[in-house]
Amino acid sequence: MKKPMKKNTNDVILESATTFITFIIFLFAVYLFFAGHYTPGGGFIGGLVTSSALVLILLAFDIKTLRQILPFDYKMVTAVGMLIAVLTASGALLFNVPFFTHAHGYFELPLFGKTSLHTAMLFDLGVYFVVVGVTMTIIQTIGESD
Amino acid sequence: MAIAAGILTMCAVYLILSKSILRIIIGTGLLSHAAHLIVITMGGLKTGAAPVLEEGVTKYTDPLPQALVLTAIVISFGVTAFFLVLAYRAYQELGTDNIEEMKGTDTND
Amino acid sequence: MINLPLLPILIPLLTGVLLMFFTKQLWMQRIVSFLSTLLTIGVSLYLVFQVKAQGILTVTLGSWPAPFGITLVSDMLSALLVLTTSLLVFFVIWYSMTYLSEQHQRFYYYIAVQFLLVGVNGAFTTGDIFNMFVFFEVFLISSYVLIVLGGKPAQLRESLKYLLVNVISSALFVMTVAFLYGIIGTLNMADISQKIAEINQPGILSVIAILFLVVFGLKGAIFPLYFWLPGSYQVPPTPVLALFGALLTKVGVYGILRTYSLFFSNEVGIIHSLLGGLALATIIIGVIGALATKDAKQILIYNIIVAVGVILYGVSVMTRQSLEGAVFYLLHDMLIKAALFLLVGIMIGIAGSSRLKSMGGMIKDYPLLGWTYFIAALSLAGIPPFSGFIGKLLIVRGGIEAGDLVGPFIVLASSLLVLYSVMQIFIRGFWGTPKTYTGSRRHLVKQLIAPTILLVTITVAYGVGAEAVRPFITQAVDPLVDPSIYIQAVLKGG
Repeated sequence: MKKPMKKNTNDVILESATTFITFIIFLFAVYLFFAGHYTPGGGFIGGLVTSSALVLILLAFDIKTLRQILPFDYKMVTAVGMLIAVLTASGALLFNVPFFTHAHGYFELPLFGKTSLHTAMLFDLGVYFVVVGVTMTIIQTIGESD
Repeated sequence: MAIAAGILTMCAVYLILSKSILRIIIGTGLLSHAAHLIVITMGGLKTGAAPVLEEGVTKYTDPLPQALVLTAIVISFGVTAFFLVLAYRAYQELGTDNIEEMKGTDTND
Repeated sequence: MINLPLLPILIPLLTGVLLMFFTKQLWMQRIVSFLSTLLTIGVSLYLVFQVKAQGILTVTLGSWPAPFGITLVSDMLSALLVLTTSLLVFFVIWYSMTYLSEQHQRFYYYIAVQFLLVGVNGAFTTGDIFNMFVFFEVFLISSYVLIVLGGKPAQLRESLKYLLVNVISSALFVMTVAFLYGIIGTLNMADISQKIAEINQPGILSVIAILFLVVFGLKGAIFPLYFWLPGSYQVPPTPVLALFGALLTKVGVYGILRTYSLFFSNEVGIIHSLLGGLALATIIIGVIGALATKDAKQILIYNIIVAVGVILYGVSVMTRQSLEGAVFYLLHDMLIKAALFLLVGIMIGIAGSSRLKSMGGMIKDYPLLGWTYFIAALSLAGIPPFSGFIGKLLIVRGGIEAGDLVGPFIVLASSLLVLYSVMQIFIRGFWGTPKTYTGSRRHLVKQLIAPTILLVTITVAYGVGAEAVRPFITQAVDPLVDPSIYIQAVLKGG
């Protein structure tokens, strides 16, 4: 997969460890994201943890590899996240209640049983995307020029 | 805590007054840390449960300073990152990271 | 509509986000930002009349009751400022479409402008001191982007300094808010204002007042803290400069106006006289700078400093009349500064340089430009039929009523010297022997002058129709003179 350019000194341990540690981190990020419901956690932390996983890939391999695995434009990810967040918050406008007022209800979901669903979670999803997008954009901008 | 914030501020001022742009950036980082520390201190370091819904807890910590600090950290994180990128670009364009050599407002270039 | 005060913030925010999806299609960016800013103007106009009819409007975000949640408060002052801001941004967008090179516009320019609008409108509207900090950061970050766009070496050099100054002042802002929270335990400005009278701790309150002065003073460029302004404002292209000069410093002034009238109104004394002294020193320094330089841009930049001084002098006197004058002059100055910057931008576009030496005799080829500039310059200095006059008159009268003679004298003398400095641009730029110009934007003058003339017309209307505007200004000043109006409106029941 890697181009035979200048031989870099990445060690095998880091590379092979990254391949599965990344997934553990991703899972942890997802856990944190949903934990934000009533306990510490949430979109911001989840986003940061996710981007730390991406940075780990970046360190072990290089930018080109990351592009192959996840071919997103991270600026777009930011934009999508912001759009979700803003639209969720302004959904309140439609019901003529103050901005950001959130609604919630309890639903019976398969597998989960009785779960409460909040509109705040949609907002958090937006935050998640923004954090991932912004962090990766920054790191790529600094890292790319080397 | 207040003393720690003071020491941080002191280091920050020293670093900001130095010539190298990288030291200045680290200085601004320290300065914002000092500010965050002050927010936490001023909010009162009460010991209580985490301010989330739980059974049987009556004493909560004031969540507001934490929210404020989180916001402030995010902002200073973004600004510092921008500052770093800018400094790097400036280093490429101007060929120096010494603030002494960036003097002057004559901009007809 | 409960959320009306929010709309002038929300519309540009949505626009900015939407534009991020279309970074490649320039025509799309232009049309969308043009239309949405027009919409923002419409909404803020409606807001002004709504506030006129119903008094202060508030929105509590997330339906949390007033002292706990973040409240947005639209009183007349902030509604008027929001309207003026939206108007300016609209004209600047119109102007930049032809003025800036396509390369420049393509690179997130419109997005940054929209976010700047979000930040400035938000800072004017919010009723929560920490939220104000957040909005400050929003417009500061957009201003960092705007100042560095183009990437010339000089721009990079100056924006590094600009960024450093603002990062430090932001850190100070956070610390100030921390101290305030430490002694009062609330962040809602109305709540603070109510409780600040009860705690009776003059020492720490003076410290907070001075810290606020430093924080907002750094943004608004008052006397010892203006040093960064002439350098940083020299480098960005004129439309951006018009935005900065008209809006950013004024937000600092608004911050001082709001905090000093709400928090520190019952201890008029050493702090207010300090503010007055600094304001006068600011005027003097600004005038000296404006007279000393031979660069069209720099003359106007120093005039920003003069205007900040005049407004703050009105604030420091703190009588009803002087505050009315200050508000009147604040609105006037936002409009006229932007107009002047746009006009000088056209001149620079013709001549290819901002030095007065390279201009001359333009009245022959561009008579319309010349006379528009003439009117704008008279208006800036405050010649009677135009808008600067009433504001200055009220400030001076307020000062004399308060028993101060030095202040009004300096204000009056400054307007004479301001007139001289801007007339210098007129005399050297438009009279004399015509030169051959090589500026790259000579052929665009016809398109550029349309938004500029409209803006100048609005300022003239603002001055001539002062009688019609007066009731609005009076209503804007009410909560400044008597904070309890503001407090009651915010805390009325959440």
